Amino acid sequence: MKPTDPSVTWIEEKPLGLGERLYLPLFVQGLTTTARHLVSPKLTVSYPEQRPTVGNPLIYRGVHRLNRDTEGRVKCVACFLCATACPAHCIDIVATNSLWPDREKYPESFSIDELRCIFCGMCEEACPVDAIELTSLLDLTGKSREEMIFDKEKLLSVYDMTKDAEPMKSASLGGTL
Amino acid sequence: MMPKLVPGCQTPAKDGTVIVTESQLVKDSRARVEEALLIDHPIDCPICDKAGECLLQDYHFQHGQAERRADLHAFTSRRRDVGPTVTLFVDRCIMCTRCVRFTREVSGTAELMVSARGSKEEIDIFPGHPLDNKLSGNVVDLCPVGALGDKDFLYQQRVWFMKREANVCGGCSAGCSIHTEHNQDTVYRLKPRENPHVNTWWICDDGRYGWHHIHDTSRLVGAGRRANSSTDRSTDSSTPLEAVEWMEVVPRLRADLKAAGRLAVAVSPMLTVEEAWMLCAVARSIDPQALLAVGYVPRTGEDQTFPGGFTIRAEKCPNRLGVEGVVALFDPSVPSWSRLVEHVRAGHADAAWITGAYPAAWIDDVTAAAFADLTCLVVQDLFDSPLSALATWRLPAAGFAERAGTWVNVAHRAQTFEQAVRPPAGVWPEGRLYWNMLGRRGLYDPTAVRRQIAESSATFAALAGEIPATGVDLRIHQLA
Repeated sequence: MKPTDPSVTWIEEKPLGLGERLYLPLFVQGLTTTARHLVSPKLTVSYPEQRPTVGNPLIYRGVHRLNRDTEGRVKCVACFLCATACPAHCIDIVATNSLWPDREKYPESFSIDELRCIFCGMCEEACPVDAIELTSLLDLTGKSREEMIFDKEKLLSVYDMTKDAEPMKSASLGGTL
Repeated sequence: MMPKLVPGCQTPAKDGTVIVTESQLVKDSRARVEEALLIDHPIDCPICDKAGECLLQDYHFQHGQAERRADLHAFTSRRRDVGPTVTLFVDRCIMCTRCVRFTREVSGTAELMVSARGSKEEIDIFPGHPLDNKLSGNVVDLCPVGALGDKDFLYQQRVWFMKREANVCGGCSAGCSIHTEHNQDTVYRLKPRENPHVNTWWICDDGRYGWHHIHDTSRLVGAGRRANSSTDRSTDSSTPLEAVEWMEVVPRLRADLKAAGRLAVAVSPMLTVEEAWMLCAVARSIDPQALLAVGYVPRTGEDQTFPGGFTIRAEKCPNRLGVEGVVALFDPSVPSWSRLVEHVRAGHADAAWITGAYPAAWIDDVTAAAFADLTCLVVQDLFDSPLSALATWRLPAAGFAERAGTWVNVAHRAQTFEQAVRPPAGVWPEGRLYWNMLGRRGLYDPTAVRRQIAESSATFAALAGEIPATGVDLRIHQLA
C-alpha cells in the first residue's frame, strides 16, 4: 500500500498535555497494572507436573491429525492444497489413484515434519474435505528428527486417539463427510 | 424490443456490423453461460489435474458468479479409459469437441466421437478402437477442462508447483519446440510450445513421454578411470574403475590422450552445436591430425507424416545437421561413424573419444570390439554399454533438458535453449568439461561459444545475434 492510498488516514501526534509532561500520572497508571497482577490469580503452571488447560479445543492449534471418513479410510484426497498453503513447506504428499471405486485420488504417503511446522493452521483452513485438523495435543516430543516426521499412519493414529475427545469439526460446521 | 443475442465469433461480418462485447446484457449472458456449464461440471477441482491451468476456472473467475445456485455438489467424475495414454473423466467434459476435431483433422485417425445427443452427449471411442496414435497426448493439452487426463502425468504433481523452461525435444530430428515442466530438478511432463516453423502446436507421444530415461537410476555418474593392465590389451574390463575428481579429470584426460598418440573422436549428434565445436577444438588441441567424425546416428523406421502435416522423423537424434556443420569446419569430408569404426579397426588410431548421450542402447558387442585394442578409450555416455565396459575413461553425459545450447533440426532451423534441470550429482554436462579443457575460465557460457562459432563460420553466421524463441533458419543468408 502506498502512502498516498486514499484508504490511509494520516493523523498528527497531539502535543503533550500537562499531565503527560508531569510524568507522574502515567507512572502511577503503569504501577497500578503491575500491582493488579501481583494480587490476581496465577496463570503460570508447573509443566509437566501440572497440565495446562486448553481453553477451546476447537480453535487450539496443536499436533495435526488426519481424519478418517465414515468407512475408516483416510479422508484426504491428496489435493496438495495444504502443502500449497503451508508457509513452512513441512507437508510432503505423494498422490496416486485411489484403491476404491468411489474415490479418485488418495495420498500414497502423507508426512508432516512437526519440527518444521509453525502451527499456523493454514493447512486446516485450506483443506477442502476437512481431512487435516489441528488437535489440542500440545506436548510434542521425540528422540530424533526422523521421529518427528509424522507419516500417514501416525497422523491417522492421532485421529484415533483424539476422535472421542475432539469430534471432527466438520460435522458441526457443515463440512464434508 | 431487443432481438436475442448471437455469438459475435460465428456471425458473418457485413458492412456496417457493430459487435457489442461489453454491455451489461452481454456480461449477464456470459455469466449465465458460465453458470450453465458449471451445473453439470463436478466441483472436484482439488483432485483434478487441470486445476490451475483450467480455462473453465479462468473464465469462471472472469465472467462467472461467486455463488453456485445449483444444488448439485458432485465431487467425483466417472472415469473411462480411452487409450493407452489418455483417460477420460466423463462428467468434467463441457462438450467443446476439440479432441474429436483433433483426431479427425490432425492425427487423421478419428478414434474419438460424440455419443448420444443433447444433455446426454458424451465423448467416447468406437468400440474396439482405442485412442492409440502417436499424437494422442495432444488431446490432453487441447482439452480446456480436466476431462482428458494424461495417464503418465496423472496425480504426479500439481501444476502450480512446476516451473517451465522453453526447451527443444531431443527425440528425433524434427526438433519440436517444447516446454519442460519441472520442480526441484525433477521433470514431470513436457508440453508443446507453439512454433509455426517446426511443430505448430503439437508434439508426438514418443517425445512427450521420452524423457523418463533422465531420471533412470542406472545412469552413469562420476568420472572413472581404469588403470592400464600389464597385458598387451591396453584396457581390461575386469579392472575396477578408479573414481576421479572432476577438476583432476581435465589435466589427466588431456595427458592420457596426448600420451596415447593418434586420436579419433566421435561427435555425437545428441550434443549441441556449441559442445560439438568445443569438443572438436579440444581434440585438435591434443592431436592436430585427430580424426573428427559425426557419431552414431540412430534411425528407426521411416518418417511418419500425419494428415494435419505433423511429421515424426526416423532419425532419432536432434542435431545431426548441427554436428555435421561443426565437423565440416574442421574436416570438409565430414567423416561418418562407420568411417571412424573402420579407421580404428584398421589400426590408424591409438586413442578414441566416443561421445554418446543416447537415451537407448546403441552399440553392439561386434562394433565395440573394434575399440578393444586402443591405448586409451574415452567413453562419454548416459548408460553403460559394451563400449563403456572397455573404456579407459568412463565419463557421464548430460541427459535431455540438462544441457544448454543450440540444436539444428532436419529443416536447418537452429533453436537455442537453456538448461531446465541440473544433472544428477557427479555429472558434468559435456559443455562444462570441454569449456574447462579448453582452459576457459568461469562458468560455461554457451552464448559466448555460439557467438564465436558464428563469427568464424559461414554455416552458422545466422547464430550471431539474438535467437528468437522460434529459432532461426541457418540457410537464411543462402536463400537471399
